[in-house]
Amino acid sequence: MKPPPFEYCAPRSLKDAVDILASDPAAMVLAGGQSLIPALNMRFAAPSKLIDIQHVAGLKGISIEGGKIVVRAMTRHRELELNDGVFRVNPLIRETMAHVAHVPIRNRGTVVGSLCHADAAAEMPSILLVTGGSVIAESPRGRREIPASDFFQFHMTTSREPDEIIVEAHFPVLPQGAGWAFKEFTRRHGDYAIAAVAAIVTRDGARDVVSLSACGVASRPIRLETCEQIFAAEGFTDASFKAAAAAAREYVTAPDDIHATTNYRRDLLASLVVRTVEKALARSR
Amino acid sequence: MNRAKIRQNLPAKSADPTTKIELTVNGEAVTAEVSTRMLLSDFLRHGLGLTGTHVGCEHGVCGACTVLIDGVAGRSCLTFAVQAAGCQVRTIESVANKDGSLHPLQEAFRECHGLQCGYCTPGMIMNILSSFNSSAPLDLSDEGIRDIISGNLCRCTGYANIIAAVRQAAKAMALG
Repeated sequence: MKPPPFEYCAPRSLKDAVDILASDPAAMVLAGGQSLIPALNMRFAAPSKLIDIQHVAGLKGISIEGGKIVVRAMTRHRELELNDGVFRVNPLIRETMAHVAHVPIRNRGTVVGSLCHADAAAEMPSILLVTGGSVIAESPRGRREIPASDFFQFHMTTSREPDEIIVEAHFPVLPQGAGWAFKEFTRRHGDYAIAAVAAIVTRDGARDVVSLSACGVASRPIRLETCEQIFAAEGFTDASFKAAAAAAREYVTAPDDIHATTNYRRDLLASLVVRTVEKALARSR
Repeated sequence: MNRAKIRQNLPAKSADPTTKIELTVNGEAVTAEVSTRMLLSDFLRHGLGLTGTHVGCEHGVCGACTVLIDGVAGRSCLTFAVQAAGCQVRTIESVANKDGSLHPLQEAFRECHGLQCGYCTPGMIMNILSSFNSSAPLDLSDEGIRDIISGNLCRCTGYANIIAAVRQAAKAMALG
C-alpha cells in the first residue's frame, strides 16, 4: 500500500471535526483529496489521522449573498465552475477553472482544499487574491475571517493555525460592468502554471482601475501592485502597457527550475500582464 | 532465524487501522473491512478482483484508473476506499451489455482503432462516459474532445484515433 498508515474518522458535525483536529496536532483534514492523496501516495505527508469532512453537516454547497459568493468547504471545483449563478456575478471564476487540472480532478477536488494546499502555482488562490476575497476559519477558539492577502504566506503555507478548519471561502462578486480575464502559460493544458495572470478592470468614477494577480512566479500568489498603480496613474496607453510590462518583470522571484528559467518567467509575466489587461479592458463597460 | 520462527513472531492481524465500508459497485452492494489507507483502485482490483481498472502512475497524472463515483469520473488512485463508502461506483466491467455486446463507445474505439495495448482504455472510456452524461455542454470539435481526454495519457495508439472514436460514439449515441 502506498500511503503510510493513519487512523480515519468521518465526523458528522463541525464541532466534532474541530475537536478532533484540536486534540491531535498531527491530524490532517481530508476533503476532496486531490492534493493530499498524491502527497500521501508519495509519502510527503504522514498524518496520524485523517479527518474526512465529506459528511460534516453544513459544509456543502454555494450561496451568493451580500455581494459575495460563499463556497463551503466540501464544494467541488466542478460544482463552482458549472454554477450559472456564479458565472453571472463573477465570470472570472469559470474562465480560470478551465485551467485547474482536468475534469476528473475537478470532479473530486474542492476549491477550499486547493486554497488550503496553497501551491504557489495554483490558479484559485490567485483568484481569491485578485478579487479581494477571504476565508473563514473555525477552531475551538471560535470563528475568524482571514483576508486572502494575509492567508497565503509561502509555498504550501497559509496563516491557518494548526487547530483551524477552513469552512468557507468568500469570493466577492465583480462590480457591474467590470472586465475580467485570466491567462496562463503551461507546457500542457491542465498543468500548474509556469506563469498566470488574472485581471479585473473596474470603473471608479471617471477612471478605470485594474486589479492584477499572478501565480507561478513567486513563493506565493501575488498582487502586481506596481502595475496596478501604473495603469491607475497613466490610463491605458502604449506607454503605460510598456511600463507595466517592465514593472511585472521585477515581481518574478521563482528560481530557475525544470520548466523555465527566471528570465523566461520574467518575459512570460510581462507578456501575460499586457494580454490579460487588454482582454479585461475589452470586456469592461 | 528460519522462516517458521519468523512467522511465529508475526502478529496474527495487521496493525493497520481498518474501517468497515458499504458501497455499491457496478450495481451490487458490497461490504468490506478495509485498511484505512487502501486506495479505491487497490480495493477494486485486489479486494473485488475488478482488474479492468488499471493503475498507472498512482498520483493522479495518467488517468488510467478513472472510474465513475456517483456518476462522475474520478481518479480511483486519488480516492480512499473509505471515502467511497455509501457511493455508487462504476468500473469498466459495467460498460458492455450483459450478453457481451459492446457499448457504442467501446464499439467506436474498436472501429476507429482507438486502442492498441489497451492500458489507458478503461480510464478513457469511463472519463468519456462521464462527459457524455454531464450537464456541461458537449463540444465535439477536435479541441473540445482533446479537452475531454486531456487528463488521460495514451502512450501508444496516438490520440487522433481516440478523438475519431469519441466523435463517432457521440454520433451513434445521438449526443451533441
